Amino acid sequence: MTSTSPRTKNTARTTSAVGDKVFFGLSWTGGAIILVVLAFVAAFLLIRSLPAIMPETFGPGADEAIDFWSYVWPLMAGTVIVSVIALLLATPIAIGISLFISHYAPRRFANPIGYLIDLLAAIPSVVYGAWGMLVLAPAMVPIYHWLHNNLGFIPLFAGDPNVTNTGRTLMTSGVVLAVMVLPIITALCREIFLQTPHLQQEAALGLGATRWEMIKMTVFPFARAGVISSIMLALGRALGETMAVTMVLSAGGFSWSLVTSGANATIPSEIALNFPEAFGQRQAELIAAGLMLFVITLVVNVIARAIVNSHAKKAEGLS
Amino acid sequence: MSSQIRSRANSKPQGSQQDPDGRKKPEDMTPQTHQKSRLDSLTAHRKPTWTWMAAAAGSAILSLLITLVAFESFSVIGFGVIAGVLFVGSMYVVSRVLEDRLKATDELWRHLVWTSFIVALIPLISVIWSVVSQGLPTLISNPGLLTADMAGVAGADDIATQNEGASLQGGILHGLVGTIMITLMASVISIPVGLFASIYLTEYGNRNAFSRGIRFFVDVMTGIPSIVAGLFAFAGMTLIVELTIGSSPQALQSVKTGFTAAIALSVLMIPVVVRSTEEMLQVVADELREASYALGVRKWRTIMKVVLPTAMSGIASGVTLAIARVAGETAPILVTAGYVAMTNWNPFSEWMTALPVFIYRQLINPTAPAAGDPSTARAWAGALVLIVIVMGLNLAARAIAKYFAPKTGK
Repeated sequence: MTSTSPRTKNTARTTSAVGDKVFFGLSWTGGAIILVVLAFVAAFLLIRSLPAIMPETFGPGADEAIDFWSYVWPLMAGTVIVSVIALLLATPIAIGISLFISHYAPRRFANPIGYLIDLLAAIPSVVYGAWGMLVLAPAMVPIYHWLHNNLGFIPLFAGDPNVTNTGRTLMTSGVVLAVMVLPIITALCREIFLQTPHLQQEAALGLGATRWEMIKMTVFPFARAGVISSIMLALGRALGETMAVTMVLSAGGFSWSLVTSGANATIPSEIALNFPEAFGQRQAELIAAGLMLFVITLVVNVIARAIVNSHAKKAEGLS
Repeated sequence: MSSQIRSRANSKPQGSQQDPDGRKKPEDMTPQTHQKSRLDSLTAHRKPTWTWMAAAAGSAILSLLITLVAFESFSVIGFGVIAGVLFVGSMYVVSRVLEDRLKATDELWRHLVWTSFIVALIPLISVIWSVVSQGLPTLISNPGLLTADMAGVAGADDIATQNEGASLQGGILHGLVGTIMITLMASVISIPVGLFASIYLTEYGNRNAFSRGIRFFVDVMTGIPSIVAGLFAFAGMTLIVELTIGSSPQALQSVKTGFTAAIALSVLMIPVVVRSTEEMLQVVADELREASYALGVRKWRTIMKVVLPTAMSGIASGVTLAIARVAGETAPILVTAGYVAMTNWNPFSEWMTALPVFIYRQLINPTAPAAGDPSTARAWAGALVLIVIVMGLNLAARAIAKYFAPKTGK
């Protein structure tokens, strides 16, 4: 940075100048480490998964390895379906709670309720897994049987040859994931709803709008981009969530039925179940599956951040 | 906010009764008749205040009948769902008939918003209730769980516990030690990196390409799935071990240590530390920095003596939250640290068990497959301890932010 001029040079000043350089160096290194780590994540995963993705060149040869893409697509499909179920369940409720906190709840209760919902986010995923496996799954069994008996003609509830008796299905995993992503969507939506310009809201009310009309006319248009990006961030979280799905879902291949156990699997649960005992080529396959998961969540998160940033720029322009 | 606006809007007619100069309006000359006619006009198209109670009682009775007739056994969930739907629906119809469409729609959405709040409370209460009700009795009757590990506990012990009522063997000590050591190592790695990176971003970066890149990739890192972080640490350490020690099975076995798990957790922790710290540093007023520069203080001393102390409470609270987040992680430790029954204090050699991994393993692979109850009991007790640790850290973060906030001196 600024170097001391020779005229005023003394020992204290010299150590100070050195301190400046050292401190700048440390801070710069801290930033650089982040970039290096991320590059390493991508590089290590790529190197380790090459034997599985291209067995002819890097692995044991085409005839000894399984076809990676036909191995990984049911896992990817399972991952996406369970995340979509989670979001379909969580989004309306999360937006409802955010509105409740920002516009409906009595002022005195709004903040404590916010803390309460944040508590949901603090509970470790393994506890959600235990709850989903031992409490929620048995409770869902009658619902699945009812769905199968009454709506069995829809492929989602077909459940042949037999409907689950443990409740450990893709649908149950989706419900647990919904509970887990609920606080993420709620926290972000609440922030945005509270930022809606007060003058607009008062103008709507002053023109005789009911509270719901006011929310529809001022809050939702203002918050649209933020709500979409919060849903995308929650999707990224749901895609990568491991333990809850691993513990709740009894793993299998792939099926459209939501009411059968042992018919689906997701990438994270497949890795968590098999990695501790895997070695050699099997390890490479699992790391390659992890790489696919990394790419999917990366794309989802980059899109979410792009929406947030463009929204932030727009908001800056407004104020 | 908006409720205040509403009440103000409603109270307007009363406020305008009196002119600013205190002169009474002509219609106020006959207060009695005026009051009556105004009440009529206000209540003409409004449903009576007891409507909701009638609707609630009616829905409850109807729902009770439906659940008793339609289902083989009475279910609380079915009763609640049907009663809720009936209540919201009937209130809409009543408002629609007695009032108008706008008011009915408004009320419908108000009820739906309240419903979503109540629906969200159910899993929260259910999770906490199951952990406390199943974990607390075990912990109270077997306090030895906290000071024993699983070394020497065999399936036969669990079968004796379940069938003959012998006392519960084993414990969660090795998990506690593992969680503390791994989280400590992860904090030692992540906190300095995160702090310096955010200092670079706010104090030196000045929105140049390098700092924009860091910001973008911190955002990307926030979204890395935890299991991928575990795979990364494992793959990285395997490469290093292969290059330095060799690729014998014994050497590859030494990849799985507490330190590898700490690296995996650091990948998850660094972005959280950077984001919260950066936010806190940006809040520090520029006037403070400029005042310090004007006195001739060097930049690094300004940061150390002015900027950091001002933001310290926020930074400490953010760091505590980051620790709480990684302390509850399971997946990255599962693939990097192995699973042992003995207490291991050394994160650099041998396998290590963390508390979340212990809970998971006890539930998935019970110590005695034929008698799973003792394992389940240990898992719930472990879950309770884990929740207490994580919640304690969260509350500590809030307390730090509140009580150590800088005095503004205004």
